[in-house]
Amino acid sequence: MANIKRSPWLLHYDGSSCNGCDIEVLASLTPVYDAERFGVMNTGDPLQADILLITGGINTQNRDVVKQLYKQMPRPKVVVAVGVCACTGGVFKDCYNILGGADEVVPVDIYVPGCAARPQAIIDGIIQAVELFQQRSEEHDRLVRDMKAWGKRKPKAES
Amino acid sequence: MDREKTERLETNRSIEGKRSVIPFGPQHPVLPEPIHIDLVIEDETVLEAIPSVGFIHRGLESLAAKRDFNQLIYVAERTCGICSFQHGMGYAEAVEHVFGIEIPIRARFLRTIWAELGRMHSHLLWLGLLADGFGYENLFYQCWRIREKVLDLQEATTGGRLIFSVNCIGGVIKDIPEELLKKILASIAEVEEELKVLQKTFMEDYTVRSRLSGVGILTRQQVHELGCAGPVARASGVSCDMRITGYGAYPELDFEPVTASEGDAYARCDCRLREVFQSIDLLRQAIGRMPAEKDLSTPVKGNPEGEYFMRVEQPRGEAVYYVKGTGKPMLERFRIRTPTFANLPGLCEMLKNTKLSDVGLLVLTIDPCVSCTER
Amino acid sequence: MGKVLNPAPVIEEIPDDHLLKRVMEMKKGGFRLSQVCAAFVDGKFELSYSFGDDETYEYVTLRVVIDPETEIPSITEIIPQALFYENEMKELFGVKIRMISVDYENKLYRIEKEAPFGPGKD
Repeated sequence: MANIKRSPWLLHYDGSSCNGCDIEVLASLTPVYDAERFGVMNTGDPLQADILLITGGINTQNRDVVKQLYKQMPRPKVVVAVGVCACTGGVFKDCYNILGGADEVVPVDIYVPGCAARPQAIIDGIIQAVELFQQRSEEHDRLVRDMKAWGKRKPKAES
Repeated sequence: MDREKTERLETNRSIEGKRSVIPFGPQHPVLPEPIHIDLVIEDETVLEAIPSVGFIHRGLESLAAKRDFNQLIYVAERTCGICSFQHGMGYAEAVEHVFGIEIPIRARFLRTIWAELGRMHSHLLWLGLLADGFGYENLFYQCWRIREKVLDLQEATTGGRLIFSVNCIGGVIKDIPEELLKKILASIAEVEEELKVLQKTFMEDYTVRSRLSGVGILTRQQVHELGCAGPVARASGVSCDMRITGYGAYPELDFEPVTASEGDAYARCDCRLREVFQSIDLLRQAIGRMPAEKDLSTPVKGNPEGEYFMRVEQPRGEAVYYVKGTGKPMLERFRIRTPTFANLPGLCEMLKNTKLSDVGLLVLTIDPCVSCTER
Repeated sequence: MGKVLNPAPVIEEIPDDHLLKRVMEMKKGGFRLSQVCAAFVDGKFELSYSFGDDETYEYVTLRVVIDPETEIPSITEIIPQALFYENEMKELFGVKIRMISVDYENKLYRIEKEAPFGPGKD
């Protein structure tokens, strides 16, 4: 099973974006750009998602929503910030209700630039996320294997 | 009958006919954006819908105090990524009225062309989302495939797929060369052909028809009282189209507002479909009548002083831009009233006495743009 | 050539106690409430109630200028759909409005900062 690559599922959450990046995320999943050919699938359920795509900055109201979504996702997980608002807060950085980019509340692995981010850039981000996810899940597997091996050791080894 | 069973029956009876509140959203499969509606339901029927917004509230109107009036155009454009060009245009026209300047005629035509391209892509997007809303995934993909052609035109003429940044106070900053105008004509002819096939599916398909007709009816009277705008109002027979107020190049073009009389979801779908064809027609007229002129913008001097209410017909309806300047580079007040904000009371009214299973579809039929609404 | 209907927008300044009467007259005149907004200019609130006509495309704005402490009546008893606009003014500007039909109690946008556009704005 070790050489089988995984097909991570995507979860998209609209922080406080202007819609541009959301529409582009959707467009990159529809057949014209077809990000699904890289083995990903769009899902609405955080409990089954592996890659979180966040668009838009974080405001006081969705701060907890994003945190909760991140917590609900099973390990290993990858977070992609799509668009400049999700990266830094973008053009809205000085607004009173914007706290900043997505990395204010969750650790972000991949930053996709653009306003609005182009489908090409989003697909590039997704491919990088898939690779990172593969790497992390291998690490995760190794960790689980080591822990199992440790658990199987005779009790005397512990003393 | 044993005691436990009687008790259970009694509880069941007391539950029947009782009201319960269920939340709709903020994350819901029919919408890519978060909006939250509390639905008061009795059995399967919705009695009342109370929306609460604020998940995307950024407070971009406050940036008027931090950016000068020239920079603010880029903020105005980013109110919404779908009708972004029209937001920039509405703001620019409002400031131009405050300055009291006329913009060059070619710039007016260019603005009209981009505005109509934006309307086409917004309506095609909505048609796709609607098809997805009633589970017709194939139709959804077809609409979005056609929409990509419009986006390609936008990218070719401006450099941006969704957010163009081609407006400036006093005109536009880019011209569309002759060969690109020809390309627009060729592309919209293709879109027209392909959309005719889809129109047949939307309007004549038995399943689509039975899903949409008779759902979420708003009468003409209700639409007027609730102050609805755009296709929601026009589908109920209110022939109100802000393009008649004559901004851009619309005074030079011939068109009639697209209306329907039934006021249900089917009529709203019909209106938007016909508006795409209307946009194609307007684009042809605009390109045909476009004057050759080198001048693209009128330079502005000084700072805006005065106030103006500008009305623009966006894909979703009437949008109001209020600009107030006091002779300083920063505006005193900048306010956008977006069409979805005007359609929210209409949505609450149309959700009353509908079945719970129609709620998702009905929320879609007003073409909600939440990031516009909350700004 | 298409027809153009564009009467110049009118801004009519009225005292705050005439508000309800004028709004009633506008409603009876067949106008539709187009928007309500506030602005904080030179220590005073400028409230604009704009009405549009769907056939003649007239656009009339009623302007009420009040001190920040003055309380004004809600127009929701005449035009129920104004509740979102009034809640917005109340939350973002801190305008004192009495008797809104559905009062969200400053929880429409649920922002942390109190009245960011109001007297305390930076």
